[in-house]
Amino acid sequence: MAYLELKNVSKTYGQGKDSTEVISNINLKIEEGEFVAIVGFTGSGKTTLVNLINGLIKPTSGEVLFKGEPVVGTSHERGVIFQNYSLLPWLSVFQNVAMAVKEAFPKENKSEIKNRVESYVEMVGLTHAINKRPKELSGGMRQRVAVARALAMKPEMIIMDEPLGALDALTRGNLQDEILNIWNQDKRTALLITNDVDEGIYMADRIIPLKPGPNATLGPEFIIDIDRPRDKTELNDNASFMKTRNEIIAYLMAIGEDRKSVSEVEYLLPDLAPKSFVDTF
Amino acid sequence: MEQEIILQKESDKLSFLKPIASFLKSKFEKAKVLKSLKKTGITLVSILLFLGLWHLGSKALYNKEAAYKIEKALNEQGQEAADAEKACIASGDSSCQPNTLPSPTQVWASFQSLIADHKLINAKKEAFATKMAATNAKLVAQGKDAIVYTGRASFVDTILTSIKTVFAGFLLALLIAVPIGIIIGLSPSLRSAFNWFIQIFKPVSPVVWYLLVFMIVKTLYIGASSDNAFVISFISVGLCAMWATLVNTAMGVSSVDKDYINVAKVLKLGTFQKVFKVILPSSLPLIFTGLRITLSVAWMVLIAIELLAQSPGLGLFVWEEFQNGANDSNSKIIVAMFVIGIIGFLLDRLMLMVQQMVSFNKNEGI
Repeated sequence: MAYLELKNVSKTYGQGKDSTEVISNINLKIEEGEFVAIVGFTGSGKTTLVNLINGLIKPTSGEVLFKGEPVVGTSHERGVIFQNYSLLPWLSVFQNVAMAVKEAFPKENKSEIKNRVESYVEMVGLTHAINKRPKELSGGMRQRVAVARALAMKPEMIIMDEPLGALDALTRGNLQDEILNIWNQDKRTALLITNDVDEGIYMADRIIPLKPGPNATLGPEFIIDIDRPRDKTELNDNASFMKTRNEIIAYLMAIGEDRKSVSEVEYLLPDLAPKSFVDTF
Repeated sequence: MEQEIILQKESDKLSFLKPIASFLKSKFEKAKVLKSLKKTGITLVSILLFLGLWHLGSKALYNKEAAYKIEKALNEQGQEAADAEKACIASGDSSCQPNTLPSPTQVWASFQSLIADHKLINAKKEAFATKMAATNAKLVAQGKDAIVYTGRASFVDTILTSIKTVFAGFLLALLIAVPIGIIIGLSPSLRSAFNWFIQIFKPVSPVVWYLLVFMIVKTLYIGASSDNAFVISFISVGLCAMWATLVNTAMGVSSVDKDYINVAKVLKLGTFQKVFKVILPSSLPLIFTGLRITLSVAWMVLIAIELLAQSPGLGLFVWEEFQNGANDSNSKIIVAMFVIGIIGFLLDRLMLMVQQMVSFNKNEGI
C-alpha cells in the first residue's frame, strides 16, 4: 500500500458547457519517506493538484488516498507550504508560527508552545527576527517563516507548492539546502511542485512531469539516482545528472511544442467576471 | 608598507571629498528647509487671501445694506431721517447697524467675547458651588439630590456637549454596525436578507431619523423627569452615521483574501478561531475606513439634529443665535462654523491615525 495514492483523479471547474477539466486521470503513488517532485509549466494545473492532495478541494472523480484512507478536508498530518507565503501580515513571526503550533498541539501549555515555536524559528535561522511582522522581512525570510510554520505542526508529509518560485537564485539555493536538511533529519515524505527542472533533480528522488492543462496528466517518471547529500557545484559534472536533465527538458519541450500546436484550436472560455460589490450594497 | 600607503591615499581621498559632501549635505538640507518654508508660505498666503476676500465681500454687503437702509428712510420719512440714519450707521451704534455677513474682525471680536462670557459663567458656577456646598452636603446626607447650577451654558459648554453627543452616537453606531456587519458578512443568505433593509434606510435624511427616534424615545420617557434631548440626539446621530461602518464591515468580512482562508483551513482552525484570528484582523482596515466615514458623518448631522432636539450643543447654539438676531449674532454663527469645521477636521485626523495603525498592505504577507 502506497503512502499517498491518487487513483484516476480528475478535477473539473465550472458546470455544463462552460466546464473545464483542469486535470484528468492522474495516477500517482508516493512511498513513505520518498521525495517526489512534480515539474510542469505555469498554468498546467499544479496548484489544483496540490490542493487536491492537501484536501482544500475535492476531486470530481477518482480518489485521493492518504495512508489508505480517502482524503476528506485538510489535516495536520499534511503540512503545506504555499506558493505565496500566505503569512498573516498582522501577526509577528512568532505569532504566525504559534498559531499553527497551538492548533496542532492543543494540549501543550504556553511554555511548551513557546519552546516549540522558538526551536522551529531557530531552525530556519530567524531567531533575530522573531518579533518582526512579515512586512519587515525579505521574501526569502518570509518563505522561511512559512517553512517553519508548516514544519512546526510536525506533519508526516510536507507538500510544497512552488515554495521557492518567487525568490532570487541565491536565496533559492540556500532554502533548497535547508529544506533538504530538514527532510533528511526525520525522513518525512515530501512532495515538491516546481517549474524548475534543476531544483527537482537536486532535491527529489523521482521527477514526474505534468503535461499542461486543460486535461493535465502526469507523464512518465524519471528516477534520480544521484547519491545524497548532493553537491550543487559538482552536479554539473555528473553524467547522470546531465543525462536526466536533458531527458526531462527534451520531454517538456516536446509537450510544449504539442501544446502550441494544439492551442491553435479555439477554446471556449468560461464567461467569468471579477466579483463585484457594487450590486451587493 | 604598500598597504599603508594605499590606506593613506584612501583617507586622503576621503578628506578631499569631505568638504564636498558636507557642502552637498548642507545644500540638501537647505533645499529641504526652503521647501517646507515654501509650503508654509503658500498656506499663509492663501489664508491671507481668503481673509482679504472675505473682508472685501463683507464690506460690499455691508455697504449695500447700509445704502438700502438710508434709501428706505429717505423714501418713507424724508431727508432728515435719512441723514439721521446715515449718522447713526457711521457712528457704529448697534441699534442701526446693517445686519449681514460679518467681517473677519467682527468674528474675531465675537470669538473673544464668547471666551470672556465662558470665563464669566465659569466664575458664576464656582461661586454657586461654594455658596451651595454646605446646603448640598446636608441634602446628600439626607439622601436627596444636590442642587446643581442650571444657568445659561457657555460656548465652551456647548462644544463639550456636542463632542459628548457625537462620541455617544459614534459608540452606538459602532456597537450596532460592527457586530451586524460581521454577521451578515459571514453569511451570504443573511446578507441578502438584510440587503433591502440597508438599501432603503441608508439614504434616509437625518431629520427623519430624528423624528423616528423622537417618536420612540418620547413614549419611553413618559413620566420621567430627566431631559431626553441628549438621548434623542445621540441615538439619531448614531443611526444616521452607522451605515458606512455596516456596509464596510460586511464587505471586509465577506471579501477576506482566499489565501488567508486557505491558511485557516490548512491549520484546521475552528470557526471561532477562524473568525477572530483570521477574518476579523484581515477586515480591520475596511472596518476602520467605515468608522472614519461614520465619525465624519456623525459630526455633520449632529448640528441639524441638536437643533431639532433642543440639545444644548453647537447646533442649538447656531440656531438660537440666528433666532436671536442680535447685533453680533451673525459673527457668533461664523465663529461656531469655524469651530465645527476645526473639530471635524481634528476628529477625522484622529480616525486617520487609528486607521493607519491597523491597516496593512495585502502584499506584506505574500
